[in-house]
Amino acid sequence: MAAHSAVLSASKIMNPFWVGRLGNTAKVFGTTLIRHRNKTSLTPPPAKYGGRHTVTLIPGDGIGPELLNHVREVFRFTCVPVDFEMVNVNSALETDDDMNNAITAIRRNGVALKGNIETKHTLPASVKSRNNVLRTSLDLYANVMHCQSLPGVQTRHKNIDIVIIRENTEGEYSSLEHESVSGVVESLKIITRNNSIRIADYAFKLARERGRRRVTAVHKANIMKLGDGLFLQCCREVASGYPDITFDSMIVDNTTMQLVSKPQQFDVMVMPNLYGNVVSNVCAGLVGGPGLVPGANYGRDYAVFETATRNTGKSIAEKNIANPTAMLLASCLMLDHLNLNDYASLIRNAVLTTMNETRLHTADLGGQGTTSEVVQSVMRVIQSKGQFTAEL
Amino acid sequence: METHVYHLQILNLLTKLGLSINGKDKLKPQELSQVVGALKNETPQSRTFIRGIQTVTLIPGDGIGPEISNAVMKIFEAAKAPIRWEERNVTAIRGPGGKWMIPPDAKESMDKNKIGLKGPLKTPIAAGHPSMNLLLRKTFDLYANVRPCVSIEGYQTPYTDVNLVTIRENTEGEYSGIEHVIVDGVVQSIKLITEQASKRIAEYAFEYARNNQRASVTAVHKANIMRMSDGLFLRKCREAAEKYKDVKFTEMYLDTVCLNMVQDPTQFDVLVMPNLYGDILSDLCAGLIGGLGVTPSGNIGANGVAIFESVHGTAPDIAGKDLANPTALLLSAVMMLRHMGLHGHAKKIESACFDTIRDRKVLTKDLGGNSKCSEFTEAICQRMKDMD
Repeated sequence: MAAHSAVLSASKIMNPFWVGRLGNTAKVFGTTLIRHRNKTSLTPPPAKYGGRHTVTLIPGDGIGPELLNHVREVFRFTCVPVDFEMVNVNSALETDDDMNNAITAIRRNGVALKGNIETKHTLPASVKSRNNVLRTSLDLYANVMHCQSLPGVQTRHKNIDIVIIRENTEGEYSSLEHESVSGVVESLKIITRNNSIRIADYAFKLARERGRRRVTAVHKANIMKLGDGLFLQCCREVASGYPDITFDSMIVDNTTMQLVSKPQQFDVMVMPNLYGNVVSNVCAGLVGGPGLVPGANYGRDYAVFETATRNTGKSIAEKNIANPTAMLLASCLMLDHLNLNDYASLIRNAVLTTMNETRLHTADLGGQGTTSEVVQSVMRVIQSKGQFTAEL
Repeated sequence: METHVYHLQILNLLTKLGLSINGKDKLKPQELSQVVGALKNETPQSRTFIRGIQTVTLIPGDGIGPEISNAVMKIFEAAKAPIRWEERNVTAIRGPGGKWMIPPDAKESMDKNKIGLKGPLKTPIAAGHPSMNLLLRKTFDLYANVRPCVSIEGYQTPYTDVNLVTIRENTEGEYSGIEHVIVDGVVQSIKLITEQASKRIAEYAFEYARNNQRASVTAVHKANIMRMSDGLFLRKCREAAEKYKDVKFTEMYLDTVCLNMVQDPTQFDVLVMPNLYGDILSDLCAGLIGGLGVTPSGNIGANGVAIFESVHGTAPDIAGKDLANPTALLLSAVMMLRHMGLHGHAKKIESACFDTIRDRKVLTKDLGGNSKCSEFTEAICQRMKDMD
């Protein structure tokens, strides 16, 4: 790292005379340096002609399509310079063509916003979960979820502020299963040193960037001594490189017990895939439910944004009662990622202001508001800020 | 004539079970279902009626174990429960062939009595032998871990009205202990799901629901990701549901259960699940009602063996100081009484315990008071004497 910064400062003092001579070398060095520097917040794809970004949109099933329509509505209203390339994935089909198209589109654009794709578990085991396939193909190794108590939402616990970083590609979700003897099924859980170090590194970098003081690793190494033991060891190794951040570990069952009694003690948590699933759902429930928390999946080269708890919401689809907050906040995370921070803050503030109105709370928060009412209110708040907007 | 005799036998059985019959000797459907459940299985319930005084193996355990076991014994004495205690120690010994096993007298006692009550056991580090709980589990094939979680009035938590039971498969799943290092830096852990074990736990769950008048059983799984393993588990649950049409059966994803559990735990009744999810969820539910210090737990094994235990640690820092809270072990003992069919005594001891906690006058330190263990025990005994 020191060598890199030395070269960087050297290139800064290089006057145009030398840059011209060195030609491509400086450019190549430059880009490599940038990529190494921004490991956590990777460089977004450059805006295309006209300064507009293109983002892949995957509607998914259940409430996905209607919520993403609302996102497009809000974006168009706020005149956000983002164009959506919609790719439909039909979960009923058994072929993989749809998924391959979607993955290609995301590779092309670099960023995606998606709803959850349903997985019918009555299908044979060869048909893997589409969401999982997307995550592993694009190597979106980190799932980041920030749970914060919202002032307008009544919950049993107050002042929760936890960032959960969950390994997104391996662990129990490796989808490697076989029936060796009839009636005996084995499912493999894979833990690798590389991925564990990668996610631990990501966690500590993020903690440092956001000024967080403590990282807790969640594991079950007393039972799964080799697997989770390796994960814990990797976390400890990475922790030694960040002396300014406290590192501790906690067994997963104790963690869930602590979360329902004293969730305020947690700061940043890092964990393998399955425990991440449990802990993130518990935390989402603690701050008010699945309709409030956005989630982000980051890889080295791509980023996909969605709701944190990844629900299809089939039972409330097309009834205009779904809570659009999670999807709208996810789209704000996407805007932050694209470096359109002003638009992100504008929409985010509008959404949070709307959330404070108990009158507008949707059914999942105990109110009777509809999705369209919430979205209309968000757009009104945006308009009142005096920004240039389209017609209401 | 025959119908009348059959009817009388059912009435006798019901009276012995401690159930009241309303008015014109009409049987309520739940009561009938419970009788059917009792008659169908050769459970200790039927055996106890014949014997009178039941002998139970008591394993005091380590740390605070002995003092809370004494407290429970005292309370049972005050309640005049027909239980005789046989104390045994389960420190692991090396048997012939070098395999670690529990002392033969403990095993013999357990096999004879079939019912056991266990205090907290120390987890040995570097003692060379596996944990005692694991040994007990393997020796008696304790396949089901049952944890009823009921909110305790008087011990306030953010969650009220919790009333659910988690039934967890205890022998296989993610805790099979089969792990390999494939290459340096890649570890593979095997999760084992078998048809036989899934069938056994599913049937036990429905049996439990029927015997304890619970309305529904929910299977918790992640079959969208682990299609084959959790799929097999789910199939067995569905098959068992066919045989028990009087109990409602639903299936729910693990993440949905977690999400809903912390928002509204009242929607759940009996939950049945494989090992890992069971571990996490049962501790989550224990956290909802106040922690491991007030949660009872029972392990059901093959051949009618059942060991009831407190799941908290040995608390070596307060051992011997008369500061421990015997509630967890007491509630487990109450669970044991119910399992044996002694519902009258179970109810008496349980209400005495809950009333004492609700009063908030004599509470141990972990419940928010500053009384001693003996004072708490005394208060419960006194309450029971007053009840008679």
